[in-house]
Amino acid sequence: MNKLKNIQWKNYINYIAIALVLVVFVALTLVGSVSASTTSLLEEMAIKIILAVSLSLVVGFLGELSLGHAGFMCVGAYIGGKVAAVLAAPLGNGILTLVIAIVVGAASAAICGFLVGLPALRLRGDYLAITTLAFGEIVRTIFMNTSENSFGGPVGLSTPRFDKKHFYIICLIMVLITLFVIQNLIRSKHGRAIEAIRDNEIAARATGINITNYKLLGFIMSAAFAGIAGVLYSYTKFNVSSQMFDYNYSIEILVIVVLGGMGSINGSIISAVAITFLNRYLANVLTGNLAVLKDLIYALILIFIVIYNNAPALKDFREKYNFQTLVAKLKRKKASKPDTDEAQVKEDA
Amino acid sequence: MADMNDNREVVLKTDHLCIQFGGLKAVDDVNLEIKKGELYGLIGPNGAGKTTVFNILTGVYKPTSGRVYLCGEDITGKAPADVNRKGIARTFQNIRLFGKLTVLENVMVGLSNQIPCSVFESVFRLPRHKKSEKECRERAIELLKVFNLDEYKDHLASNLPYGKQRKLEIARAMATNPKLLLLDEPAAGMNPNETQELMDDITFIREKFGITILLIEHDMRLVGGICEKLTVLNFGTELAKGETDVVLNHPDVVKAYIGE
Repeated sequence: MNKLKNIQWKNYINYIAIALVLVVFVALTLVGSVSASTTSLLEEMAIKIILAVSLSLVVGFLGELSLGHAGFMCVGAYIGGKVAAVLAAPLGNGILTLVIAIVVGAASAAICGFLVGLPALRLRGDYLAITTLAFGEIVRTIFMNTSENSFGGPVGLSTPRFDKKHFYIICLIMVLITLFVIQNLIRSKHGRAIEAIRDNEIAARATGINITNYKLLGFIMSAAFAGIAGVLYSYTKFNVSSQMFDYNYSIEILVIVVLGGMGSINGSIISAVAITFLNRYLANVLTGNLAVLKDLIYALILIFIVIYNNAPALKDFREKYNFQTLVAKLKRKKASKPDTDEAQVKEDA
Repeated sequence: MADMNDNREVVLKTDHLCIQFGGLKAVDDVNLEIKKGELYGLIGPNGAGKTTVFNILTGVYKPTSGRVYLCGEDITGKAPADVNRKGIARTFQNIRLFGKLTVLENVMVGLSNQIPCSVFESVFRLPRHKKSEKECRERAIELLKVFNLDEYKDHLASNLPYGKQRKLEIARAMATNPKLLLLDEPAAGMNPNETQELMDDITFIREKFGITILLIEHDMRLVGGICEKLTVLNFGTELAKGETDVVLNHPDVVKAYIGE
C-alpha cells in the first residue's frame, strides 16, 4: 500500500551495480582472464539495457505504445557507423571518432524521434503503435535501398571495430550516462509531469502541463538513446545490416520493458540482462536441429512470466513470495536476531 | 445586498456563450457574472449543459459564439493548459487524479508551473533544481496540511478512499494558484456525512484563500447551504438566476425539477 520513495540508497543502487560490474571486469581484464565471448555478452547486455531504459521512458512513463524502437536504433547504427567509417581515416579509430559518431548518431535519431513524436500528439493507443511500427519498417527499408557507396544497401554498411577487448567498458559507461540522464529526468518535476500525462491526460492539461512539449521531449530523449545504442551496436560488428532492425527486434525490446515492469527502470535493467543471457545460453546449448527450440523455450518462459504476474489465481502465491516481502522478512530476522542473542547470553550467564 | 457587492472586481464574465454540436444547441446564450470572493452555483437537470459550460470555460471546447472574460481579459478559445495558467483551475465530475503518483506528487504537479526549472537544470542536477524541488515539496506539504491529507502524502493517489480523492483533486487544483475554482459535482457519490464535511471544506478554503468558486451540483442541500447566487440551466438556456433563495423558489425552477 505504502509507496516508499525517496530512500537514498535505492536511488543509486543501479549505478552502483553497474559500476561494480565495470570494476570487476576491468580488474579481470587486467589479469587477463576475460574471454572474448564474455566481453561480447557484456556489450550486448549493455546495448539492450540502453534500449530498454530508453524505451521505458516512452512506454512506461509517458504511457505511449511505441513499436518502432529498433528504427531509432537503426538510424543511430547507420548514421553513426557511417560517420565512424568516414572519420576513421583522418582521425584514427579512437575515442574521438567514437564520441563524434555517438553525438551525430544520437542527434539524427533524436530528429527522427521528433518526427515520430509529432503524430503522437494526435494519435492514441493502437493508432500510434501502428505509426511507430511503420516508421521502423520505413527506416529499415530506406537504408536497405541505399547505394553500395553510401550506406551499403542490401550488403550492409562496413563499420570500423573498436579495440575489441575493451569496448565493453565504453558500453557500460554509456549505460551509466543513459541512467544518469533518464533517471534524473524522471525524478524531477518534468518526470512528474510526464507521469501525470500517462495517468490522466485531461487532468494534466487542466493542471497547466504543456502536453506537447513533454510528449515531444519523451520521444526525442528516448530516440536519442536508442540512437546511441545503435552506434555502439555498429561498433561491435564489422557489418551493419538493416535486416537486424525489423519489428521483431522492436518487439523484443518492448518485451524486456514489459517483463521488467512498466515504469520500473531497475526492472528494465534486470530483464534486459536476463533476456540477453537467456538468448545467448539457449543459442549455445541448442545447436543443429535443436536451434528451432530456442524461440519456443523463449516464448514459453515469457508466457509463464506474464501469467505468473497477472493471473488472479496466483495472487496469494505472488504476495507471499515476492521480492518485497522476502526483503521485509530478512530485515525482521536481522532486527530480531540481536535480541535472541542477548537473551541467550543472559541465560548462559 | 446586491448594491453592496457592486464595487467588487468581476472575476468571470461570459458574454452570450453558445455552443452547437451539429443540430444540438448544448449551450445557448449563457451570461454569467461572478464577482471576487463569490460562491456561485450552476444547477440544472441532467443534460442541461452544465459540464459543457465548464468545458468551454476551461478551453476543452471552443464556443460557437460568445466570449469568456477572466478578470477582464478575453480568454475565449485558449488551450486548457493556458487557461489554467491564466487562473482557472477545475475538478472533474468523475475524479481524475494521477493514480500512480503519490498524494504529494499529485500536488507537486499542480505547483510545477509556479516554480520554474528547465529540463537541462533538472537532468544535470544544477543548484536551481534542488532549490525548486525543495520549495515545491514544502509548499505541497503545506497545502496538504490545509486539506488534512498530509498523513497520506506517500500513499498512491488511487489508493485513497473516495472522499479523500475528491479532496486531493481540490488540493491539486488549488496548487495551481487559481483566481477561480470550478468544482464539477463535488458531492457526487458522497453520503450525507461526507457531503457535510465537503461543505465545511469548501467554506473553509474559500475563507482561507479568498478564492472565487463556481460549482455545479445536484445536491440541493449543498447548493442551498453554501451558494450565494445561482444560475439554473435547462436545455442549455438560462432558466433563472440571482440570489439562491429567490431562485430555488422560482416557479419555473420548481417546474423543471419537480414537474407541475
